[in-house]
This record gives sequence, structure tokens and C-alpha cells, in this order.
Amino acid sequence: MSPILEISDLSVVYRTPGGDVRAVERVNLELNPGEVVGLCGESGSGKSTLAYGATRLLRPPALVTGGSVRYSGRRITSGGAPVDLLTMNHHELRRMRWREIAIVFQSAMNALNPVLRIHAQLLDAVQAHLKLPRAEAHEKVAELLDLVGIPRNRLRSYPHELSGGMRQRVMIAMALATDPEVVIMDEPTTALDVVVQRDILAQIVELKERLGFAIMFITHDLSLLLELADRIAVMYAGRLLETGAAQDLMRDPAHPYTRGLLNSFPSLHGARRELAGIPGSPPDLRDPRPGCPFMPRCGFAVPACSAVDMALEPWNAAQGGTTQLLDSAHLTACPIVTPEVSQEGVLS
Amino acid sequence: MSVWRNLPLKAKIGAVVFGVFLLIAIFGPIFQPYDPGFAPPDATLSLNHPSAKHLLGTTQLGQDVLSQLLTGIRLTVILALAVGAIATVLSVLVGVTAAFLGGVWDDVLSLITNVFLVVPALPLLIVLLGYLSTEGQLSTIIVLAGLGWPWGARVIRAQTLTIRNRDFIAASRESGEKTWRIIIFEIIPNEISLIVANFVNTVLYAIGASVALAFVGIANLESFSLGTILYWAQDNNALQGGAWWWWIPPGLAVALIGTALVLLNSGIDEVGNPRLRASRGSAKIAGRRVWTTDPTPVLAQLTASRGRVGAFLHSFSRSSLLDETPAGGELR
Repeated sequence: MSPILEISDLSVVYRTPGGDVRAVERVNLELNPGEVVGLCGESGSGKSTLAYGATRLLRPPALVTGGSVRYSGRRITSGGAPVDLLTMNHHELRRMRWREIAIVFQSAMNALNPVLRIHAQLLDAVQAHLKLPRAEAHEKVAELLDLVGIPRNRLRSYPHELSGGMRQRVMIAMALATDPEVVIMDEPTTALDVVVQRDILAQIVELKERLGFAIMFITHDLSLLLELADRIAVMYAGRLLETGAAQDLMRDPAHPYTRGLLNSFPSLHGARRELAGIPGSPPDLRDPRPGCPFMPRCGFAVPACSAVDMALEPWNAAQGGTTQLLDSAHLTACPIVTPEVSQEGVLS
Repeated sequence: MSVWRNLPLKAKIGAVVFGVFLLIAIFGPIFQPYDPGFAPPDATLSLNHPSAKHLLGTTQLGQDVLSQLLTGIRLTVILALAVGAIATVLSVLVGVTAAFLGGVWDDVLSLITNVFLVVPALPLLIVLLGYLSTEGQLSTIIVLAGLGWPWGARVIRAQTLTIRNRDFIAASRESGEKTWRIIIFEIIPNEISLIVANFVNTVLYAIGASVALAFVGIANLESFSLGTILYWAQDNNALQGGAWWWWIPPGLAVALIGTALVLLNSGIDEVGNPRLRASRGSAKIAGRRVWTTDPTPVLAQLTASRGRVGAFLHSFSRSSLLDETPAGGELR
């Protein structure tokens, strides 16, 4: 299956007077049709910059310094031939945004206009991108609310009359207004409590099954991704440290950073254990040190770490004493911590 | 210095022009070639064209216009700054007190503010100044300041009301800070750009009003402010008589000071409220202008679409140094 969105070698900087802040550096990420890819990392690791940079939504001083973002969706006139988002002009981007790639923004409270009824706001999205006749557009808006399980009589509500969960649902409905191929969700559930969060995630999964779009899900909540995502990409200091199927990542984390993340929340079953956070704080992205950016905080750090080139290599899971290729899609940027090393139980 | 660099261009222009007038106000009279009021009994010196002896010519009575202008700028600027300072202090006092104390205080102070706001200013000014002594500028300053504060007071009251209800004010009250301390150290610093803008506005108003009053003859006509120079020029038919050197310089001075203050004011506004800038501004990236509504720029395209001349010019700029090292380049 060929990926629908293929980000390769993407680098994004914020150009400041004090030098470039390298927020995203040589990131490779693929999104297959109908797949949920979770993008995970702490605050400031470049998750959102990656997603918005790839869709060219960042404002100056952001600057894409390299790479390509190939999209091969069904609606592009060339009939599925890949196009590079980074070479598109304003108008081409405008035509494909929302119809092809839609975004659910981080904070529903700020993304909705407080003085317009949600009917008007949904209608805006529908009319701007679909060019439907009036009556059909109105019907479409009502259907959208049905889709996310909000009663139709809420159409005349203002955003402040809705609960946080409902507002987030409206945002999702808005993103789905044009039946996009790819939906980027930027922490859509961060401000919600866990119960509402679960409802919305269930709804997202159900809609995905029904409508068949691919999701890039950005969050700092790794435990949430383990449940939701098909594949997970772990980001740190603007770089991808590890990608792999959610199951593999949970069962057999490769990169020390991922292990640190997995060790920072309790699991429901299994022995009680001490929760270990990751001491220290992320590095200054203006002046990156050579090698692995996680080195200063890493329990496995050795001098060779400063010569690591951060390319993603297959991780060969160790099972039963012999090393075998478990899944070639499980990639790690750390060549120091091999399965053999982790088998020896250096992990404290 | 970085504060200056980040100022909008119009604020810079305004500050420079107004700074020049401030310097003239401070040092100008030192350099004035004659006593501005000295009228030589020599009739040939009446209404002379600008010459080496009298750089801006002479008046009907043979007084030197340049000397009058230098004194006039000083008097007018002093008056305007004094009115601005007094009126701003009054507005801050009334506005902050009304909003912070609330209740009856707010009712009474708001009532007074509103009454002053609806008093027809010009007739009152004429009546008051006709009644008060016209020795010096003090009475003009007091009357203008007394009528100039209510606008600022209302704005500052509104701003204080929103700040008063923020959490950090509640926190400082809980921690036992005294009321005056909360007002001076918690509230006023949050309004400083508003207060500065209000000051600049009031200075502008004072210049306009004082010149207008002097022009209609309600001022100490023995002294030479910009307004009284214009009054005497008009009184002696300088315009009809073609004595342009008599009325253009003071008129131009008033216009320039006013323009400078307007520029300064809207520039300060943008500093205090960056959204005014971000919404329409553009940024320069890799030597190219990129609007905030454009898609995220891609370095390869910015440099590729640059012509030969453009590339040559860009190679001299500071930002070209950043282009040479692509992100991650030295790591591979």
C-alpha cells in the first residue's frame, strides 16, 4: 500500500535574530490510507511544527529549509500521481486544503468564533470548499452534526452555550465537512477530562472506519496513543526517535527515550513498580549539539552517542535469546541501544 | 537599543521629529540672534524678506521672526507638556480610583468625569481665560489641563476595571498587599502603554487648543508662543501682504509637532498591542518579504525565484549568513 502522505527529510526552522531554531529536523514520516499515526513528544518537541509545516500553515518567521511532502490522494486532478505540497503555490494549496487535508485544531474554545452560531461557522466551511447550492449546504451542515452525535437543534447555539466536549465535536465535524482524505488532529482532547476524552476518541475511530480517512494524531499523551494509533512516531527535539506499530512500541520499546516515556505512567495490570520520569529538560534547539539530542538525559549514554547520525534504522527485536527480524517497520534512531544491550538488563 | 530597533517606522519618525522640537525648545533660545520682542525704531526693518541678517525675515514692527519662532516653540512645547502631564496625572488618579474602589466612589467620580466630558470646551475656555489673568501661561495650562483629563480618565477606568478582576490582583489582595501598593505596582504597570498614549494625545490636544486660543487672541499677547506669532501675523495682514516668512514657519512648526505626535501615538499603540502589527504585517525571511497570510515559505523556492541581481544584493545582507548552513547540514 502506497502512503497517502509522505513526509521526507522535512526540516523547519524558526528564523530568529539569535539564529535559527531548528524545530523540525530531517523528519521522515508516512501516513497510509485509513491509518492512524500518532505523533508523540513533550512540549516543544516539534510535533505541531511538523504537522503545520508539512501543510504550510506556519507563519513567518517559520521557514521550511528542506525536504518534501508528497500527497497522493484520490481527488487530485492528476489521478493519484503524487504532488509535493512544498512546491505548491497559494491557490493550489487553497484548493487542496480541507478537501484533501483537514485539521482539527488544538483548542476548540479559540478556534470557534464566539460571536457566530455554529451553524454559520459550519456553513462557512462547507460553502467555501464545496460550492453546494444553498439548501443542500444547509442539509449538509445538519448531517455533519448528526455525524458527531450532536442534536440538530444545537445548530443555533453559540460556542459558549456548548460544553467543552461538544465544542470539540463541532471542530471535528467541521474538519470532516468536506470528506477529507487526511485529518490532522492537534491535541483534540487535551483540555477535556478522561471520560469525555474517551467518548470523543471512540467517535473518531468510528468515523474513521466509516469514512475511511487517515489520521495524524498529535498528542503528548503516549498512553492514549497506544490505544488509538496504528503506528506511533516519537519525537524529541525536532527529530523522530522511533517509529513503529503501537503494539511493538509498547511491548518492546527501542529508544531509551520511549522507554522513559513508557516508564512514566502506570500500567493497569502487572506488578506495581516505581514510576520513573525522565530527569532533565529538552535541549536548546538554536544550538544543537552533534549526535543524539537526548544524550544529556539518557541513562545509556556513551561517548559514541555524540557521533550518532539520527537516521532511523530497523530495530531487531530480541526474543528467546536469538535476534530475529520482528517487523521492519519498527525503526529507531539509536544505534547504541541494540537488542543485545537491552537484553543484558542495563535498563535499571 | 533593541527597543528602538523594534519600534514601527512611524513611531521612529514621530520620535525623531518630536525630539528635534524638544531640542529646539531646550536650546533654541540660546541661539536666537535677537530679543524676540525688540522692535527697532528703524522703519526700514519692517517686513524684511529673509536675509543673512534676519534668516526668517522681520515682522511689521521689525522684530526678528526666527527669534520669535525659537521662543515660541519653547513656550508652546512647555505648555503642551505641562498640560499633558497634569491632565494625565488627573486621569490616572480619577480613572484608577473610580475603578478600583468601585461603589459610591465610582459613581461620583464617573459622574464628575461625564460632566466634564459634556461641558462645551471652547466657550468655557474663552470665558475662563478672559476672566483669569493672562500673565504668563499658567492660567492657560490650568484651564486646558482641567478640561483635558476626562477622556483619559474614562479609558483608564475601563482598563482598570478589567485588570482589577484578574486573578493576580485577587492573589496580591489575598497575600495582604495594601491598596496603594496594588494600584501602583500591580495595576499601573499594566496600563503604562495606555497612559503613555493618553499623555501623547493630551499633549497634542494642548498644542492645538493653545494655538487656537492664542490665534483668536485669548492669551498673553505680550509673550511669543506659536499661537501669538500667528495672531500678530494675522492681525497685521501678513497673509494678504505676502509676508509668507511671518506665518509659514510657525504654522509649519505646529503642523510638524502635531504630525510627529500622531505618528508617535499610533506607533506606541502598535507596540502596546502587537496584534495591530501582526494582522497586516509582513516578515522578511531570507531577504524576501513574506506575508503572514502566505503559505509557509520554503527556502529553496525563496532562493530559486531570486534573480541574479537580487541574489547578488542578498549576499551582502545579514540573513544570507543563515542561508548558507541548511538545518542539520553539518551533522551528516
